[in-house]
Amino acid sequence: MAANVQKVMIKGTRDGLTLHLDDQCSFSSLLKELQNQLSMNGLTDEHPMIRVTIKLGNRYLNEEQKEKLTEVVREKQKLVVEKIESDVLTKKEALEWKENTEITPLAKTVRSGQLVEVKGDLLLIGDVNPGGQIKATGNIFVMGSLRGIAHAGFEGDTNAVIASSYMQPSQLRIADQLSRSPDYESEGVYMECGFIDESMEKIRIDRIQEVVKKRPDLVSFERRMING
Amino acid sequence: MGEAIVITSGKGGVGKTTTTANLGTALALQKKKVCLVDTDIGLRNLDVVMGLENRIIYDIVDVVNERCKTKQALITDKRFDCLHLLPAAQTSDKSEVTPEAVKAIVQELKQEYDYIVIDCPAGIEQGYKNAVAGADKAIVVTTPEKSSVRDADRIIGLLEQEEMESPKLVINRIRNHMMKNGDMLDVDEIVNVLSIDLLGIVIDDDAVIKASNSGEPVAMKPNSKASLAYRNIARRILGETVPLMKLDEERGVLAKVKKFFGMRT
Repeated sequence: MAANVQKVMIKGTRDGLTLHLDDQCSFSSLLKELQNQLSMNGLTDEHPMIRVTIKLGNRYLNEEQKEKLTEVVREKQKLVVEKIESDVLTKKEALEWKENTEITPLAKTVRSGQLVEVKGDLLLIGDVNPGGQIKATGNIFVMGSLRGIAHAGFEGDTNAVIASSYMQPSQLRIADQLSRSPDYESEGVYMECGFIDESMEKIRIDRIQEVVKKRPDLVSFERRMING
Repeated sequence: MGEAIVITSGKGGVGKTTTTANLGTALALQKKKVCLVDTDIGLRNLDVVMGLENRIIYDIVDVVNERCKTKQALITDKRFDCLHLLPAAQTSDKSEVTPEAVKAIVQELKQEYDYIVIDCPAGIEQGYKNAVAGADKAIVVTTPEKSSVRDADRIIGLLEQEEMESPKLVINRIRNHMMKNGDMLDVDEIVNVLSIDLLGIVIDDDAVIKASNSGEPVAMKPNSKASLAYRNIARRILGETVPLMKLDEERGVLAKVKKFFGMRT
């Protein structure tokens, strides 16, 4: 009976093709079926490239298998695999995911020579003194004075922001961008937030209220899910 | 059972030894049994400041290596019978003693004395670890300069990892006119950054240098400002409530400091 059920279902959407793959059969028979199905559709050269989303359902594929699958689809000149979606996560991925989406609260003064590094967002209740450093893969919120170095999105998240009750940092770092305080003695600012301004491609500091408008998805779970 | 207090700062030359000598003297003036311990092995000078250099026979390294009993190494002060000094060695270096050994000595001394005041060497290496090992409390000395505040911050961070109560702050070498002009960090600002309790402020006083050169701690002098400051610090350690010294007649700074302590101005 299983042989009668279609293992590969192709659907056309606005964004290209979606391949729904059966998650019960063996991986090798799935590949075979896919090869058959795709070779049936002869496309002329005039067609533009078609983007393909592959939905695996409840099937887990390792990197090697994903590579194989992509290869099979790519053999057809006009198809490009955009993404492979699966409803299944490994424990390791899930843990990483959780870590990267959590907010870590911390109540202490980060003093000169100390380094605090967290996954996900950091909520520091206390000061960062000159010479102290805090790092997070997500956003950094400091309820206190930021006088040291803060590095948000240190694994490359350029959407991360650094907010502080009192901002007088020696350096702000977001992803691979860096800005430092001026050489002349300057007063700090209250309730401001650093972020990467896409148009200028550098870190800017603005009032927290303004930054919230620019990053409306700042605290939503989805944002952290995607970036995580 | 006595209490061991370590005097530390991270940075050199901010007045650790001077503070140790004067605090010890001031506590002795209050009739407490005090033992000063110099852990700056190789660069000892607490004995010089106390004017006891020529009385040294044994030192802390001799005690650690069991060449003598702890009591034999102790020197009695020439002014007070209740004040003793355990000098550091001049000929060895800091790796000669271990934190465990210092801790054992301090434990032994605590049975006999009310206060053990430990003079810590500059830096955050072996010498610092030795000095901090046996202490129950710590006093961090800083001056109103950025570099020394930075080092004090570092030291406080390290002290917080030890099993002792939160360290207390002494701000040394305050120059009144410079603080007033804003050329020096003011007391308020320093306390704000370091966020620990202020134990006292000491004004930069020529008498301190004069006194340490003559081997007579300034705390013995009845009417110098620095002397009063040290005696006030000692009284605060004993649990008395003593208002901070007036820096000057201007209300501004004073009002701020008092405000910090929640006192009426």
